[in-house]
Amino acid sequence: MNTGREEGQGQDRSRRQGLQGARERRVRTGGVELCVAELGDAAQPTVMLVHGYPDSKEVWSEVAQRLAERFHVVLYDVRGCGRSTAPKPLRGGFTLEKLTDDFLAVADAVSPGRPVHLVGHDWGSVQAWEFATVRRTEGLIASFTSMSGPSLDHFGQWIKKRMARPTPRRAAQLLNQGAKSWYVYLLHTPKLPELAWQGPLGKRWPKILQRVEKVPAGGYPTPSLPTDAAHGAWLYRDNVLPRLRRPRTDAYAHCPVQLITPTGDAFLSQRLYDDLEQWAPQLVRRTLPAKHWVPRTRPDQLTSWITEFVTAQEEGDPAKKVVAAGPYADRFGGQLVLVTGAASGIGRATAFAFAEAGARIIAVDRDAEGAARTADMARLIGAPQAWGEVVDVADEAAMEKLADKVDAEYGTVDVLVNNAGIGLSGSFLQTTTEDWKKVLDVNLWGVIHGCRIFGKRMADRGQGGHIVNTASAAAFQPSKVLPAYSTSKAAVLMLSECLRAELAGQGIGVSAICPGLVNTNITTTSRFTGVSAEEEKRRQAKAARMYGMRNYPPEKVADAVLRAVVRNQAVVPVTPEARGAHLMSRFTPRALRAIARIEPPL
Amino acid sequence: MASGTSVSSATSADTAGLTAELRGFREVQRLAYDCAEAVAAQLKPGITERAAARMQREWLRERGVRDWFHLPFAWFGDRTAFVNFRIPLQFFPTNRALEPGMPFILDMAPVYKGYTADIGYSGCLGLNPVHDRLLADLEAHRELILREVRERRPLREIYEDVERLMVRQGHANRHRAYPFGVIAHKIDRVRERRWSPTLFGFGTQSLKGLASDALHGHRDGWSPLWSPYTFSDHPPQPGLWAVEPHLGFRGTGAKFEEILVVTDSKDPQESAFWLDDDLPHVRRWQEEKAA
Repeated sequence: MNTGREEGQGQDRSRRQGLQGARERRVRTGGVELCVAELGDAAQPTVMLVHGYPDSKEVWSEVAQRLAERFHVVLYDVRGCGRSTAPKPLRGGFTLEKLTDDFLAVADAVSPGRPVHLVGHDWGSVQAWEFATVRRTEGLIASFTSMSGPSLDHFGQWIKKRMARPTPRRAAQLLNQGAKSWYVYLLHTPKLPELAWQGPLGKRWPKILQRVEKVPAGGYPTPSLPTDAAHGAWLYRDNVLPRLRRPRTDAYAHCPVQLITPTGDAFLSQRLYDDLEQWAPQLVRRTLPAKHWVPRTRPDQLTSWITEFVTAQEEGDPAKKVVAAGPYADRFGGQLVLVTGAASGIGRATAFAFAEAGARIIAVDRDAEGAARTADMARLIGAPQAWGEVVDVADEAAMEKLADKVDAEYGTVDVLVNNAGIGLSGSFLQTTTEDWKKVLDVNLWGVIHGCRIFGKRMADRGQGGHIVNTASAAAFQPSKVLPAYSTSKAAVLMLSECLRAELAGQGIGVSAICPGLVNTNITTTSRFTGVSAEEEKRRQAKAARMYGMRNYPPEKVADAVLRAVVRNQAVVPVTPEARGAHLMSRFTPRALRAIARIEPPL
Repeated sequence: MASGTSVSSATSADTAGLTAELRGFREVQRLAYDCAEAVAAQLKPGITERAAARMQREWLRERGVRDWFHLPFAWFGDRTAFVNFRIPLQFFPTNRALEPGMPFILDMAPVYKGYTADIGYSGCLGLNPVHDRLLADLEAHRELILREVRERRPLREIYEDVERLMVRQGHANRHRAYPFGVIAHKIDRVRERRWSPTLFGFGTQSLKGLASDALHGHRDGWSPLWSPYTFSDHPPQPGLWAVEPHLGFRGTGAKFEEILVVTDSKDPQESAFWLDDDLPHVRRWQEEKAA
């Protein structure tokens, strides 16, 4: 009678919280009753999601819905949380051994005879590390994706190693993590955490999550939060001290492991995972610029990485590498990158660099053949997918259409590189209105359209992203021969800075790249105003030769673009002369003005 | 012994002499390519560049090669694209070991019976789609170079056109890394001596020929080195040119190198032609087209 009413309420609640269509069942084990939810086709490989502290399985609702399209998704409330019952007494009822019993019982109920793919977040990951490293689960786990939860044994060894020989760097790492673990100390005080959670903290928690952790509102946290948090305190009290004091020395993973590290995690240092290869051979690393609650803030990215990893294990092709070979593959793997002006020069090199990092590439250019070629080559060097699109960035309607197409067919853009640009040289008085229009249309309006149209979709998705705009060293180096070009690039620089301020709160970074003299074909496509066609040709050839002699390769600019995205840099002068000009514009602007009056030898 | 300073005089004067002479060059070029194919077939994981270079040297020595335009080179992995090459000493074979999927280039210039060849052979150990693409892309360059030489365009311009095509294809120009950034250089007959020393890997006889060409060319306004610089701003000079366009794409490089015959004939077909069309890379393109 009683349980029936409870289930009725539960279904109502879970519908509200986004676990629609979940089939629920209850699994009895070791004196508790676990609430297990299943989504998706049970014939597909099973992906089991384990939640953390202070959460219930609903923390996974966004990810679970997405994964359910491909997999049999299983979630359960950890004992004492959500709608699972708590052990009695609480003390000693939350040890990792007992949590492993729970996992085995659930796995046996939902996927008998077939290993499951584990995914854990926070304490879910801490437990899952235990599942993945103890002998009695061997053969039952097909893969494990860990986020924001180290194995306590590995953590214990990590501390031991640093205490045993505290070099300055190691000591700093210890202190850093020590400071990040402040809440662990508080949770070890008796009674106080329970009172706080059942009182003011429990009430304010949703607001705190929204404000500090940028977790979007809606269906999470669930009303069971105070009891989840109060019971969950025993996870810490039962396990942390014993395990850190005497960490297991045989905690080797017996399944493939994927580690997703949020770089902005306030509770866990990235350095915790430095020695992880020792415990988990063939570790696949991913990094995500986000805070602690990634299942809420970055569900799309998690779904894509989990899907990729699970599929790779299911297919079991040892020759196929999960992660691309290039630098930053951990960061850009599977992401969607759109580059404009990608048929040549810096745009093409940038597309290739992202392709090497395993990103999916959309190469946009007016030059159809060049864009197709870029996409083609990108696929050869590691892009799982790449497309060439023919669009003039100055054409707003065409850009809108492209954005709609991208949304419908490829997904939301994760990294946008507004790179398309043209050159124009010649004195101001000899530059016609037509010339001005042409330069501003591509160099400035192209960037505006890109930022507005794709940036809006990025912001609407609410899962972060990055915009890179290619400005130029001419943005801060005035010159009497480049008035129109420099003006357009200075505008791009300021636009990027303003946009960066605007989008910072939404987890979207904006960078302006200022390359300088780079050996690309911009010299041969540049217009020279106020001279005959023949003289223009001659100057183009001369400029091309001079840039060729300088020979700064676009590949180095592409590396700077990737670095700028990873580090979220605001303004990046690339070549030495660009860096020099940038410094001078800040400290000796008068010298820069003197340089502006020099006529370059063309 | 024919002094062999110019094919051009032979072309106009005596056709039989020309063919005999060209046959000599063709023979040594074939020999060199046979060597490349034989050595490439023996390459396996773990073999170092030094070992591969030695295999080429021994194979050719056994077949009567006593002098060199330059000693055989071998480049493996990203060294095929000359990644981070700063000084010419880096061209020499190292202890880099071959791994599955790695591209490699064998480059040798034997002198046989007084005739010189300079060839480059690109291959890879197992499957490498990037390398396949590079090799396929080289075909356009072979056609472009021949067409523009027949048009008697200045060598410097042809050089720039080749570079432009490479950039359009998405590749980097890697022959730029060679000494003087040459895409080609003249080769010629050399005197057979009992003692044939080498200097930094280059045969002294051949260097002497090159130097004397450079001297004569300097007087007459041409250069035996086909480079991006002003000294190459002249129409193709009759003679034999070893042409070596070299593509690089993100740590993978590929090249071919073979002899282009330039004559002073008025007939465009006769004015320039590839010495031999039965070479591994040409056969490969034909097979791809047939497939």
